[in-house]
Amino acid sequence: MNSHLTATGSAYFMEARKQAEETHTLAVVVDNQPGVLARVIGLFSGRGYNIDSLTVSETQHERHVSRITIVTTGTKQVLEQIKNQLTRMVPVHSVADLTEQGSTISRELAMVKVSGTGEKRMEALRLADAFRARVIDATTESFIFELTGKPDKIDQFISLMVPLGLIEVARTGVAGISRGAEAMKV
Amino acid sequence: MAAGELMTGAEIVLKALADQGVEHVFGYPGGAVLPIYDEIFQQDKVQHFLVRHEQGATHAAEGYARSTGKCGVVIATSGPGATNCVTGLTDALLDSIPMVVITGQVPTHLIGNDAFQECDTVGITRPCTKHNWLVKDVNDLARILHEAFHVATHGRPGPVVVDVPKDVQFGKGKYVGPKNIEHPTYRPRVKPDQTLIRQAVDLIATAKKPILYTGGGVINAGVTASRLLREFVKMTGMPITSTLMGLGAFPGSGKEWLGMLGMHGTYEANMAMHDCDVMICVGARFDDRITGRLDAFSPGSKKIHIDIDPSSMNKTVAVDIAIAGDAAHGLEDLIRVWKARNAALDKKALAEWWKQIDIWRARDSLKYRSNKDVIMPQYAIQRLYELTKGRDTYITTEVGQHQMWAAQFYKFEEPNRLMTSGGLGTMGYGLPAAVGVQVAHPKALVIDIAGDASVQMTMQEMSTAVQYRLPIKIFILNNHYMGMVRQWQQLLHGNRLSNSYTEALPDFVKLAEAFGGVGIRASRPDELDAKIMQMIDTPHPVIFDCEVMNVANCFPMIPSGKAHNDMILGEEIADEDVGNVIDAKGKQLV
Repeated sequence: MNSHLTATGSAYFMEARKQAEETHTLAVVVDNQPGVLARVIGLFSGRGYNIDSLTVSETQHERHVSRITIVTTGTKQVLEQIKNQLTRMVPVHSVADLTEQGSTISRELAMVKVSGTGEKRMEALRLADAFRARVIDATTESFIFELTGKPDKIDQFISLMVPLGLIEVARTGVAGISRGAEAMKV
Repeated sequence: MAAGELMTGAEIVLKALADQGVEHVFGYPGGAVLPIYDEIFQQDKVQHFLVRHEQGATHAAEGYARSTGKCGVVIATSGPGATNCVTGLTDALLDSIPMVVITGQVPTHLIGNDAFQECDTVGITRPCTKHNWLVKDVNDLARILHEAFHVATHGRPGPVVVDVPKDVQFGKGKYVGPKNIEHPTYRPRVKPDQTLIRQAVDLIATAKKPILYTGGGVINAGVTASRLLREFVKMTGMPITSTLMGLGAFPGSGKEWLGMLGMHGTYEANMAMHDCDVMICVGARFDDRITGRLDAFSPGSKKIHIDIDPSSMNKTVAVDIAIAGDAAHGLEDLIRVWKARNAALDKKALAEWWKQIDIWRARDSLKYRSNKDVIMPQYAIQRLYELTKGRDTYITTEVGQHQMWAAQFYKFEEPNRLMTSGGLGTMGYGLPAAVGVQVAHPKALVIDIAGDASVQMTMQEMSTAVQYRLPIKIFILNNHYMGMVRQWQQLLHGNRLSNSYTEALPDFVKLAEAFGGVGIRASRPDELDAKIMQMIDTPHPVIFDCEVMNVANCFPMIPSGKAHNDMILGEEIADEDVGNVIDAKGKQLV
């Protein structure tokens, strides 16, 4: 009783985030119907979840099924919420937390345009070779490199290209799959 | 119609509704749904009720759905017709009410052209529906409509929208029946995991201070769930409280009943929640109005949560045993395993627990100062309850103080008898909801317990009630204020009553008469009973203007930033102290 003597807080309880945040990669298999991506993105923006990366493409054409790979950051509780919220969406077949399942392969593709001449141009080419990037377009003043790898490898390559004349980057975002003989259930 | 014969889209809509067993729909015509309205005119299986605003149609459908357990159906036109449905859709989403809204849309080739009365209906309603569809091919229409009913009524119920462009309504296509709808992806879990049920029974059997905390999920799981809940309480002898949405699942006159819990719940319900050692939550979702301060919410208890929606679990409150499943199946399994084990609660501990609860009860937290000259709002609800309790009565409410007083003072004995906007808190819900309830139960006594502010938000639906001779009773607790807004301003904003007083209320008696209904006014306690009886005996729509004590506030209350064991009781504060109850820090955070 006598509530007026002490107190803080609110009817809308505002909790300081105490739990550590984790980054997880989720694979979401959905019906490829109009608006399904808007639905998934709307869930994230509407409920205040983070999207670090999102990629989507139809993976089974005959069944019109798409796979969305989402990299997201949140506390354990929030990540659990995200999975439950995704699972209950009508066009969602299944949700897998690749990070939780353990051994996962994540890859991203980038196309990196570098412009320059002389020594800088040569240096860019040498570095590209070291990173196993392929030249997919060239003029006398520019290259476009294609590079596949983990996001941090691509980040590193891009940062090395900055002083060598980096002018444009296109990245696909992360696609993920778990190792081993088992397939994700759909 | 011979098999394989082609039908127009509009015919398919009506055929699908009839095949889904729909008898009543609520709606409003307009350019983009005229083909459907033309079909409505030419058939007699589905009866259409013309509302005065599409929001009214959605709330009427909600009232219809919640009082019957069936799916509510709305038809609205494109553009403003669809946007007017948004409040009702959101309301139904938050309160898990099954509803199918069919909207017209501009012809397919005009979509995206900013055509007359065009809006992105599926875009706008995506976050406020369980699912929605834009039908681009008439051959998909029947399947989508049946799928829409399936999604709305299965799992955790909710609203869906089917947006049908005008050319699809005119176009001809194949009809398919509703049978064998097995959704390719949407298969919510209904039957609980038996291992978890056994763990739950183990835990309950050890309880010394158990409590059942139930919610709207028990109502949504059907009458069986309420029967099972009663059986479970009888079998174990444990106390039970419920959210606003769950009222009626357990009888309000039952001896194990503690009253509603939460912000305006009873002292005994909230104290028991705080001090319990095992909490069994069935079909409720630990809403912020229920839990109060989260870090002080029932700190010493082990928690079991049975819910159809896994996303409600561990969302705000971490629980020890989370059981995904329908409330009826969950309770059935609990009872079966409990009986098979011959389990029983520790009798001595339970008696001690009840002794403690009786001490809390003795505080009589709903007590208010009675008055001989002015009608106290609580008294008005008490008299309304006493004079209607033996009848086949359905109550709807608007949102605010009157809603909380209705929850506190009207005892609901059966499920599906209270229709109220719990999650969204939609002022203006009650009147159209009463229209929907009366359509479903033509012989019943349907009363909208209203406030003078809320009722004006959808007052035009009085005209619908008059048109269809629906004898709803609108019982307005008239205090000239937005009472709950004023109460918060008094508690939290230095008693500065910013825009919460209505200086130009209509004369509700004359207003009733203008609509073609009956107006009744009561201003003194000694005339209240006779006037209420007059209202009950009037076979027409009635607006009852009950002039009540205009500064009365709703207590008990868990104020901002407080826990369940830290309530303000009505008797403890004089009106002049009301502004000092919550400190500055608490005020900032609400």
